[in-house]
Amino acid sequence: MKKLFAQIYIWLLLALLYAPLVFIAIFSFTESRVLGNWTGFSTKLYGNLFTGGMNGGGALLSAVENTLIIALIAAAVSTLLGTIAAIGIYNLRGRKKQTMQFLNNIPMINPDIITGVSLFLLFVFLGFSQGYVTVVLAHITFCTPYVVLNVMPKLSQMNPNIYEAALDLGATPSQALWKVLVPELRPGMISGFILAFTMSLDDFAVTFFTRGTIGLDTLSTYIYTDARKGGLTPELRPLMTLIFLIVLILLIVINIRAEKASKKA
Amino acid sequence: MSNDYIIDIQHLSKSYGDHKVLDDINFYVRRGEFVTLLGPSGCGKTTLLRQIAGFVAPDEGKILLEGKDISGIPPFERPLNTVFQRYALFPHLDVFDNIAFGLKLQKVPAKEIEVRVKKMLKMVSMTDYEDRSVDSLSGGQQQRVAIARALVNYPKVLLLDEPLAALDLKMRKDMQLELKEIHRKMGITFIYVTHDQEEALTLSDTIVVLNEGRIQQIGTPTDIYNEPCNSFVADFIGESNILNARMIRDRRVEFIGHEFDCVDEGFGEDVLVDVVVRPEDIYFTTDPARCQFKAKVNSCIFKGVHYEMWVDTDDGYELMIQDYDAYPVGSEVMLYIDPDDIQVMHKERLCNTVPAKVAEDGVVEMLGAKFEASTAGFSAGDEVTAEFPFSAVDLLDHQEDGKLSGEVHFLLYKADHYHLTVRTDDGDSLWVDTNDIWDKGDLVGIDIAPEGIKLKARND
Amino acid sequence: MIKRSYWSLPYFIFMVVFVVLPLILIVLYAFQDGNGHFTLSNVTRFFTDSDSLSTFALSIEVAIENTLICILLGYPAAWILSNKQLNRSAVTVMLFIMPMWINALMRTLATAELFNVLGVTLGKGTLLFGMVYDYIPFMIYPIYNTLMKMDKSYAEAAEDLGANPWTVFWKVTVPLSMPGVMSGVLMVFMPTVSTFAISEFLTNNKIKLFGTIIQENINSSMWNYGAALAFIMLIIIGITSLIGEGKQSETEGGLI
Repeated sequence: MKKLFAQIYIWLLLALLYAPLVFIAIFSFTESRVLGNWTGFSTKLYGNLFTGGMNGGGALLSAVENTLIIALIAAAVSTLLGTIAAIGIYNLRGRKKQTMQFLNNIPMINPDIITGVSLFLLFVFLGFSQGYVTVVLAHITFCTPYVVLNVMPKLSQMNPNIYEAALDLGATPSQALWKVLVPELRPGMISGFILAFTMSLDDFAVTFFTRGTIGLDTLSTYIYTDARKGGLTPELRPLMTLIFLIVLILLIVINIRAEKASKKA
Repeated sequence: MSNDYIIDIQHLSKSYGDHKVLDDINFYVRRGEFVTLLGPSGCGKTTLLRQIAGFVAPDEGKILLEGKDISGIPPFERPLNTVFQRYALFPHLDVFDNIAFGLKLQKVPAKEIEVRVKKMLKMVSMTDYEDRSVDSLSGGQQQRVAIARALVNYPKVLLLDEPLAALDLKMRKDMQLELKEIHRKMGITFIYVTHDQEEALTLSDTIVVLNEGRIQQIGTPTDIYNEPCNSFVADFIGESNILNARMIRDRRVEFIGHEFDCVDEGFGEDVLVDVVVRPEDIYFTTDPARCQFKAKVNSCIFKGVHYEMWVDTDDGYELMIQDYDAYPVGSEVMLYIDPDDIQVMHKERLCNTVPAKVAEDGVVEMLGAKFEASTAGFSAGDEVTAEFPFSAVDLLDHQEDGKLSGEVHFLLYKADHYHLTVRTDDGDSLWVDTNDIWDKGDLVGIDIAPEGIKLKARND
Repeated sequence: MIKRSYWSLPYFIFMVVFVVLPLILIVLYAFQDGNGHFTLSNVTRFFTDSDSLSTFALSIEVAIENTLICILLGYPAAWILSNKQLNRSAVTVMLFIMPMWINALMRTLATAELFNVLGVTLGKGTLLFGMVYDYIPFMIYPIYNTLMKMDKSYAEAAEDLGANPWTVFWKVTVPLSMPGVMSGVLMVFMPTVSTFAISEFLTNNKIKLFGTIIQENINSSMWNYGAALAFIMLIIIGITSLIGEGKQSETEGGLI
């Protein structure tokens, strides 16, 4: 009985949570330009999306491309910077360590709008012309703390003697780093990278304030501008559906792998 | 002269901040020897091993390997290898690659690596395990791989840092025998760190007993067991009765209210000493002529091979006795001790001695607080030495009730009272005689009875 | 390893330039007029402008309501998900986490569109609904995490000492899961106050929240006033994170 109630509650909540996404997904399979108006099954919107055959040409596709490139660069740089930083912070003691951890927390606690506005002011102050570079720098700023946060536990879980064992067996410090330390930290670096990547994909406010006026659009800013114009580009529907499916598949794969790993252990 | 010594440690010291971890360590290791560094946790034994391995740089002193000072050489250039506590196997490599790690770095040809790794696996009875991931191995198996990984490089000295501490008792016993066997077969010098005295006695050719960063005693297992040089060693190694005693003259000593013959000489006449009597060296007798003192059995526990009994002697001291026969609780027994079995030791100190300063008339400042004391003969500002007996120190349940606060650091039962080492919050040590029962690690308040404090002019 | 502490240096410099300096700039701009002279007028303008004040009050109100609803709906969900007897499937947990991985703007837009099609008038009601919809995963996840990590023997000990399930829940489970709730609050409250796109979509720009007026000022080159508003928000963040300090540790991070 109790279990039934619990299940009903959970699934009701999920139904509510997913209703808009399912709604969009359904209407991605019809040609109608107006949402909610079913004019028969069609995959034309999907075709338009991939060929760019729509109003505004390839603006949507180039926004998607920008989003992905920015996310990849930001995640890669963050992973490098964050991993080096994590090793450094792990070896710090006392007040210095606390300071670094505090600094690392700031971008995570700050709401996007603060990060966005403050970086906007920075670039204005430094006289940087805003565009691709400033957006990437801004994304690195809010992504790196998550990498640090994912790598640090791997460092503290690691048997501290492992690095010394490598030295003991004749590895130079840099050999020990590459042959022992990096392989040990790899899972943390990978999850840090994935997190940084999705944070970057997800971002709207920071990009909005740091992209300048050169007309650089990511998916988020494209949607924002599009929605403010009033007429939502119908091709966004198949795009959302696809993204939804990709995330779903990725999460399933990750979960299955995690389950296998935990069963092995 | 050092030709015979593969490792020669000279005047090694190390401090972390104010804390002296190692204080003027000197000892040597002969080629092929199995040397154990033995001591309680925090005694500095692991730091000493890590200095030999090269992970910690000494503040002072030299580490000679075959006569050459290696203290400036980084660990990866030292021809020594370490078996780490909790093994430190590389989780991302399988058994073979773990063992081959050092050889690959030395660019040993693949064929030779294969041969040497297989030979090592056989030596540690792990043949056929080379493809296994190290996570899938039991603790004992991981230990064997760690030993193989170190030995495959043919190090001049193998350093082992509590390698068996994480194993259960049965496994530990088996591995001890195997280690001994590996040592014999390979002929490599072993330096072994442990806090387990039984392990040290079983394995070693030579034991170095450390406490508080200092070497207490160096000797063979038999020497150290039979002739401990101070009460710390006596207490740490095996079970013992440690007693306050008075050397009457050579070969005659008084303790627990009776006089005994002994074999020790040269302590002088009428000198306060400590005496150690092992519990298995107190014998029961039914012959009144042999009886040296009488006692009443107050507890008797079967320990597998022998019985462990606590008896109250006729003069009110409590002794531990181990015997193959049980005597019922409450029975009156007659006891004697052979002169050979009485080990007489110098007392390390007879009272607490600390630097002090006269603050004002009747008040003296020492250990970071002010105490009432008779300051007759001195005036304010005089730098003096304060002495007070162990029994003048009062320990209080609540830290805030005392003038000082501290922690019980070490305790010794001396048949009718406890002799404690108390470490104050400032890091000074005080020694305390008390009848109250405390445990190691108890936080206590400390007071000192004014009438116990005697001041002496400082003569430096 | 021992000497690698200096590896934190590049990141330290990076953070000084891209985190600390920008925050200082917010303060600097907030207390300057357009010609770079020191002034309090930006801050006083906020406190004397009834529009700004009422927007601010409304933002806080919506944020509190949103946070409370998220706790009320999310806590039971997190509890059920973490309870092995009530939920054995990892799929439901994953389904709750998944929306966190999808662009919030997209999800909000989908919600707004659904309301449009259903003929619901956009206003405060839809705003709150959409906010809860957007932020509830961020409440459920940390609570779920804390509940999962909680040592089950606490509850068993309480039962052993005579507590009934209801008492166990209120006296043991809830207090011990407070760190998760706190970090959920941090992940929901501040973003709600500061959001602008979400409120614009969900109310068709009828209701302005604090984030929106910051955005409007910055975008119309009123940097100093915009900075002053951001500064006020910074102070609120300071206060909320001080309250949440310590209770929040270790529940964030590792979203996978």
